[in-house]
Amino acid sequence: MSVSTEVRNRTAGGVGDSPVRPDGMFKVTGQFAYSSDLYMDGMLWGTTLRSPHPRARIRSIDIGAALKLAGVSAVLTHDDVPGERVYGLEIADQPVLAYGEVRYQGEPVAIVAADHPETARRAAALIVVDYEVVEPVTDPREAVGHPYWKPVHDQPGQRTAMSRDKAPVHPEGNIVRHQPVRFGAPDTATADVVVRGDYEVGMQDQAFLGPESGLAVPDDDGGVDLYVATQWLHVDRRQLAGALALPEEKIRLTLAGVGGAFGAREDLSMQVHACMLALRTGRPVKMVYSREESFFGHVHRHPALMRYEHGADRDGRLIYVRAHILLDGGAYTSSTPAVVGNAATLGVGPYVIPNVAVDAWGVYTNNPPCGAMRGFGAVQAAFAYESQMDRLAAAVGVSPLEIRIRNAMSEGSVLPTGQVIDSPAPVAELMRRLEAMPLPPPLSEDLRGMPGGVSNTTHGEGVRRGVGYAIGIKNVGFSEGFDDFSTARVRIELVGDEPSVLVHTAAVEVGQGLVTVQAQIARSELGVERVTVAAADTQVGSGGSTSASRQTYVTGGAVRAACESVRVALFERAAERYGPGDYRLVGGTVESTVDGMVGDIASLLLEGPVERTVEWRHRPTQPVDEATGRGDAHVQWAFCAHRAVVDVDVELGLIRVVELAAVQDVGRAMNPDAVLGQIHGGSAQGLGLAVMEEVQLIDGKLRNPSFTDYLIPTIMDMPPMRVEVLELADPHAPYGLRGVGEPPTISSTPAIVAAVRAASGVDLRRVPIRPEHLVLPAARPGSDSGIAPGTPAHSTQRP
Amino acid sequence: MEFFRPTTLPEACHLKSEHPGALPLCGGTDVMVDINFDRRRPEALLDLTDVRGLYEVSRYDGYVRIGAAVPYTTIIAELSAEAPGLAIASRTVGSPQIRNRGSVGGNLGSASPAGDALPPLLAVDAEVEAVSAAGTRRIPIHEFFLGPKVNALRRDELIAAVHVPVARGPQQYAKVGTRNAMVIAVCSFSLALHPDAARVGTGIGSAAPTPRAALEAEDFLADELAERWETPEPLPDDVVRRFGELVAAAASPIDDVRGTADYRRHALSVLARRTLEWTWAEHGRQERTR
Ligand SMILES: Cc1cc2nc3c(=O)[nH]c(=O)nc-3n(C[C@H](O)[C@H](O)[C@H](O)COP(=O)(O)OP(=O)(O)OC[C@H]3O[C@@H](n4cnc5c(N)ncnc54)[C@H](O)[C@@H]3O)c2cc1C
Repeated sequence: MSVSTEVRNRTAGGVGDSPVRPDGMFKVTGQFAYSSDLYMDGMLWGTTLRSPHPRARIRSIDIGAALKLAGVSAVLTHDDVPGERVYGLEIADQPVLAYGEVRYQGEPVAIVAADHPETARRAAALIVVDYEVVEPVTDPREAVGHPYWKPVHDQPGQRTAMSRDKAPVHPEGNIVRHQPVRFGAPDTATADVVVRGDYEVGMQDQAFLGPESGLAVPDDDGGVDLYVATQWLHVDRRQLAGALALPEEKIRLTLAGVGGAFGAREDLSMQVHACMLALRTGRPVKMVYSREESFFGHVHRHPALMRYEHGADRDGRLIYVRAHILLDGGAYTSSTPAVVGNAATLGVGPYVIPNVAVDAWGVYTNNPPCGAMRGFGAVQAAFAYESQMDRLAAAVGVSPLEIRIRNAMSEGSVLPTGQVIDSPAPVAELMRRLEAMPLPPPLSEDLRGMPGGVSNTTHGEGVRRGVGYAIGIKNVGFSEGFDDFSTARVRIELVGDEPSVLVHTAAVEVGQGLVTVQAQIARSELGVERVTVAAADTQVGSGGSTSASRQTYVTGGAVRAACESVRVALFERAAERYGPGDYRLVGGTVESTVDGMVGDIASLLLEGPVERTVEWRHRPTQPVDEATGRGDAHVQWAFCAHRAVVDVDVELGLIRVVELAAVQDVGRAMNPDAVLGQIHGGSAQGLGLAVMEEVQLIDGKLRNPSFTDYLIPTIMDMPPMRVEVLELADPHAPYGLRGVGEPPTISSTPAIVAAVRAASGVDLRRVPIRPEHLVLPAARPGSDSGIAPGTPAHSTQRP
Repeated sequence: MEFFRPTTLPEACHLKSEHPGALPLCGGTDVMVDINFDRRRPEALLDLTDVRGLYEVSRYDGYVRIGAAVPYTTIIAELSAEAPGLAIASRTVGSPQIRNRGSVGGNLGSASPAGDALPPLLAVDAEVEAVSAAGTRRIPIHEFFLGPKVNALRRDELIAAVHVPVARGPQQYAKVGTRNAMVIAVCSFSLALHPDAARVGTGIGSAAPTPRAALEAEDFLADELAERWETPEPLPDDVVRRFGELVAAAASPIDDVRGTADYRRHALSVLARRTLEWTWAEHGRQERTR
């Protein structure tokens, strides 16, 4: 497969270069137009009335007073939804506007359009909803256990139970998906060294900076144009068509400037609402969530309760792993089934283990809905299995690096699903490279380098240093048999006598640099420097989701395929003009392998432009078996490993991450700067989960829906990084590339926690770590007794 | 909403007496957050940005008078010798943007238990200069905080300045937050040694309904230091520990989204011990160089 990795670097700004992002300057100088900046003369402002209760029956909704307020154009409820009343990514179960019952705090109940956002808000406050409050189900164990089980959903769920011994099988259930994975003989396997542990992951938020927003413009044909920040235009459109009862052609979406996504824009937020208001009023309607509303307006990362048991021989070679992973999906399905699939199939990490039993559950509760977030099910499991690997290392008396190297998977290894890893899996090499990296200098004298920073809590007192390691595994692209494709249209033509290429896809740029990489591919494939990437919209076929680290792979693959098709047409023209031969397009010229340069590309375009549209698929995957998890579920795997160095003030429980080092195999660094950007950003998001980021809930209600109290790392928290990038080509992927975006988020969290454990000597079982976990033993969560289903022990959210 | 932008203090006082419901705005770093979150819908805003006099720093009789609108950036740059506790505290506030706009006047106006400027003002017995159309009065800082976010200003009064005694000994401020910058205090502590008066001052933040002094701890330490001011050897461990315990005991913290009551008490005792050791060591250095 040397073709796919061939370096075609003779056209500047091509694959392997790091050309400047077209949107970079505008973003840095504050001139970039985000979706919240959209404006149109005569537009109305939409707002949403949300449920204050995590669970309540709706007796009645009175919109009379709101409608009478001057300046109000429309007040709509579930009665006004033109089409299907529910939507969803995998299963349509989320009401466009609540009817009958609200199932989480913040669920949309009514929408208003008015001439000013303040008028709209005041009108919303005048809507009278008569609620009959019901006690919410907020503990995921309670949701599935006995006798505390209460149905959140009326419809029957899958028949299963948390544990075969303890929880009875219920006739109906709150279980969204239960996925077992069985490999070898996990029930009978025994081992000399056994480590058991319970772990918890709190609810993380994507915390993108650009809140949910968009502008819906009604059209004369009864259709609507929607300008919106999203992750997948065509799937939004499909759901819009259902809810609006319109054919898809009548709904045209154009991507507006996206201020970050990280999974939070996979589900619909204001899309249907803005379109309903626009269609009802006949006027453009803009909706922008406030920062506070945004915390209610999108899904979060699933909190997890996990119980792991690792058995190994005296040398630390793994014999078996048994694991229970309970993911709180909140009130609606969202992407919980796929998150469960990832947690189950990747739940034991990048290790060779002869006997495996994993059970992953996703359950309904009255907590906020959880869905996609960078790392998608792999993050939660990695915190548990990497914590276990460190404990195993301690139990057998080897280093954390050594235990991972001894058990490392490699190309040819078999996953517990039976799937063979058929591309490089340099797990041991990543660890060895981390080991070889120099360590940072000792404690800084500068306050800014201390735990607590300029808050001046220590001048060195109580500060201990620790080093920790972790590695993770992530699937790239959509798994489990999903028909995952992208469409690209590529056109080459003369613009002012110069050849110019237009690339058009519906694939969404969320800040990761897809726009840049699409142009790079076109430059390399067509030998033309002048490339424009058209705005993403639904006038071209689906680009698939900007998620699962898949766009450079899949849309990149589609752009390359479309370029190849364009090239074939140009070669036909070259053959007519210069005679048959073996041609190449390089730096604006046409080269023949025999004669060298024979002409320029421009002359081939004199007879007109060439345009091709190609739908491109990665290799197919299979669903996994419901009972055993068997199946070739994944397209590709990506690996990143971290070393974290931390200073911990062990008396105050404050943490300063001194350095993060990362090694990641990216197959092919399409844009080396962008690769580094992803590794830095992903590591920062993992750092946030390790030491501060958590949506805190009490009885289903959010306590910290603001950036005042939902803390994300600042530049004083995120240390400098040392990064090594490996390029071991995946023969199945375009250019040999591997998805880059998610893996760094997965391993940075457990590496940091391991370092904090090393510094403090405290056996930490929960992220994010809070200061009291380090200094007050009574406040420390976690035990080794396992998660007993139905036992109303400590809740996931209560700190 | 009406919007007033006076250019002189008398004009501002006049407007405030005519419109007692008008909300003063200095840097706006609290006011604008409240308005954007729709927590407040004042009938009018009284923007003090153009009242130049509020930005003045002046000195008299052992005091520094810091105009209400003087931003933290200025305090850090210019007052770290005269008001070191306040300067250290100012350094912990928000981000550079917030420190450029945010003011001690606004911190006093908000009277949040977590206001970072407030514990150091308690530790040095500062006074708040309140001004109205009727005249001026000085409110001792210990009488200024009446409840969570409630201060002793009358409805027609504005804060003109805060009067801070010039430091005659070492001062410290330390603040625990769950992030290394830009964070609201989980709890905080300020300590000022006053060797001339053989006294110490304290201020606790974010661990009671208002910022408050740890009076028993102050008395205990003053007694312990009474014979030691001129021969500042390192303090015995039990003195340091007891001081920490008394500071923690002076707090009445709660469990909230930022931390637990138990942790706050624990952390306060650590901060009290450390700030005591830092200030005492500095006092020792000053004594030796005298
Ligand atoms: C991102 C961010 C981070 C922050 N971080 C911190 C922090 O770390 N520590 C901290 O303590 N605070 C912090 N704050 C809060 C705020 O910055 C401080 O309280 C600041 O001191 C307020 O000053 P200001 O001049 O902006 O006040 P303003 O917002 O203008 O006013 C605050 C209050 O005081 C009243 N007021 C203002 N001036 C007068 C006057 N002259 N007379 C009478 N009343 C008056 C106002 O009516 C209002 O009630 C932060 C705020 C933000 C937005």
